[in-house]
Amino acid sequence: MAEITYREALNQALSEEISRDSNVVLMGEEVAQFKGSYKVSEGLLEEFGPERIIDTPISEAAFSGLAVGAAMMGMRPVVEFMFWSFSYVAFDQIFNNAASVRYMSGGLVNVPIVFRGPANGGTNVGATHSHTPENFAANTPGLKVICPSTPADAKGMMKAAIRDNDPVCVMENTILYNLKGEVPEDENFIIPLGKARLALEGNDLSIIAHGRSVQVALQVAETLEEKHGVSAEVLDLRSIRPLDLEAILETVKKTNRVLLVEENKPFCGVDAQIAYLIQEHAFDHLDAPVKRISAIDVPQAYSKELENFQIPNHDRVLAKAMELL
Amino acid sequence: MESIYHDADIQKGDAPTKASPTAVPLPNETDFSAVSINHSLEAEEKIRFFSQMLRIRRFEERSLRAYQQGHIGGFLHLYIGQEAVAVGSVSVMSQDDHVITAYRDHGHAIAVGMEMDECMAELYGKKTGCSKGKGGSMHFFAPDKNFWGGHGIVGGQTPLGLGMAYALKTKGTKGACLCFMGDGATNQGSFYESLNLASLWNLPVIYVIENNGYSMGTSESRHSAGEPLARRGEAFDIDWSVHQGHDLYEVRSAIHNALSRARENSRPSVLEIVTYRYRGHSVADPDQTYRSKEEIEEYKENKDPINLFRDKLLKEGVLTDDKIKALDKAAKDEAEASAEFALASPFPDVSELMDDVYWETDNPEEKSSSGTIFFESSR
Ligand SMILES: Cc1ncc(C[n+]2csc(CCOP(=O)(O)OP(=O)(O)O)c2C)c(N)n1
Ligand SMILES: [Mg+2]
Repeated sequence: MAEITYREALNQALSEEISRDSNVVLMGEEVAQFKGSYKVSEGLLEEFGPERIIDTPISEAAFSGLAVGAAMMGMRPVVEFMFWSFSYVAFDQIFNNAASVRYMSGGLVNVPIVFRGPANGGTNVGATHSHTPENFAANTPGLKVICPSTPADAKGMMKAAIRDNDPVCVMENTILYNLKGEVPEDENFIIPLGKARLALEGNDLSIIAHGRSVQVALQVAETLEEKHGVSAEVLDLRSIRPLDLEAILETVKKTNRVLLVEENKPFCGVDAQIAYLIQEHAFDHLDAPVKRISAIDVPQAYSKELENFQIPNHDRVLAKAMELL
Repeated sequence: MESIYHDADIQKGDAPTKASPTAVPLPNETDFSAVSINHSLEAEEKIRFFSQMLRIRRFEERSLRAYQQGHIGGFLHLYIGQEAVAVGSVSVMSQDDHVITAYRDHGHAIAVGMEMDECMAELYGKKTGCSKGKGGSMHFFAPDKNFWGGHGIVGGQTPLGLGMAYALKTKGTKGACLCFMGDGATNQGSFYESLNLASLWNLPVIYVIENNGYSMGTSESRHSAGEPLARRGEAFDIDWSVHQGHDLYEVRSAIHNALSRARENSRPSVLEIVTYRYRGHSVADPDQTYRSKEEIEEYKENKDPINLFRDKLLKEGVLTDDKIKALDKAAKDEAEASAEFALASPFPDVSELMDDVYWETDNPEEKSSSGTIFFESSR
């Protein structure tokens, strides 16, 4: 296994899948000549040429819809949004078309498409560029949504997403792009969607998170261990829909105390659903009410002083964890 | 590309019509100083325009340094090279006219009269910033100066500009909305929906396409079919024309004509103003893959809007070398002072994070709804 970055892992996944299947193409703004705004597609234009790695104008509604149409005809487009925030101008194509065509055709038509790009705060780019719409996607039957938090997951889940026969929304994270980790080189390394990952074993408390919040949860677990002698378990959801309910219930039944962490805004966020599922299925196993921490419930602030506080940072997560003990 | 006037709307005394899109670009081929709107200018006004362009440039150069020093985060899209567009446009506005633009907004902000201090402080994320540190570089606002932002989503401001024109018309105000946008932004669908409504409903909106040749790293020929971009207005029966953005006089003349059309006939316009940005798309863009150094140098050398206007004013005898030096020093000092102001200003307190989301939580005495409005927050 080689140690590579999250960015390189995505790049490998794309490269391998584009060579494996002639139906796979990558399109989006600046993906080809500019190598991707965050350099995720570095080298791909040279490797596969402009027919497979396609620069588009700033016309998200048109190229997302084009990709849905092509997917209906059997292609497997991977659509990059420079930020998921920009997918909002293509909302209709994702949420009406990609999500509903299969159902509305009574299963006659499939939409094997991947919508991918970063969806995160924490980089001081303000309210219009910091959306985390995994809850919108997860709230829409017909779509799948995943939030890989490590380089290995980025590769294995991206490959699974491209091979999937339904629309998959892949929420990446600009802060994770430089994160390094061991990643298998095997071309058939696939992480099936809907399988959570036990990121850290522990006994006193379960921290359940997705995306970059998993990395924050791990740091908090370390502090809990070192400073407070508390052993926290960290469960990485990886995939929001499909959701690994079994793994969630297993950790809850083991530690009996749960803290949910997400970078999403709280109201109708992903963890609202998880909290509901826990009380529904494991109420008798809880020694305390489920606690939850998310981004603070206002549009993303620009000022770093505000935004660093707004996102669920180490200290805010730690304080919330302490309330459970 | 030369100036191409499509509409027969040119005022008496204006430059002659040229319709040759393939012509070799030559700076200042047409003398727009003879156009009445420019001819009538007082020396003082000309000096003010010159100084405004200079102030924008010095402000941005200072902000670039602050970014490199780590005082500014996120994105910083510099307007350097395009100054004559904002200054020229704003210079012909009346107090009933309004402006809205995209994320490359510092030039427009200073042109409408926003202070360097509040702008720099916003970039620094400080409480004293124009948006209290909540908006950042892409989201400057000054409604008291008829400046309605700073918008981060490409094309997102184009329906808003339409809405402003609609409100002006509905309220019976004889004003217009200048909606600035980039060449890349012309490929957003909302722009065409807006053009249709603008024409159908006779709304006084002027779409000013600041064509700097690039949408990030994608050149116009790689992002857009059909030239010139402004011609797209024709499908909607909207008057359109193409102009050179390095000539402040030409910008003034073009915007003045469009404003007259809007005020007198409540008709929209699409103006394409050819310009150039010297810096990368944002400060984070290494700017090495999609254009040559020579191309940038060429423009700086021959079409710098500030130098060209300076030379004109020298020739007209309006400016002297000493006066130029003094104006430049004043602009630099003002920019430096704004950086000092920003640095010394406090960050917003986290207790202010929840302010400015809903009108009624900021004005609890006038609260008109009940129920919980914030969730799992510190308030
Ligand atoms: C809907 C949307 N898609 C993509 C982006 C990212 N983006 C920001 S600016 C830009 C290029 C815009 O170019 P242009 O309209 O020519 O304006 P310029 O930057 O040259 O001023 C892109 C792709 C965005 N902000 N919004
Ligand atoms: Mg441009």
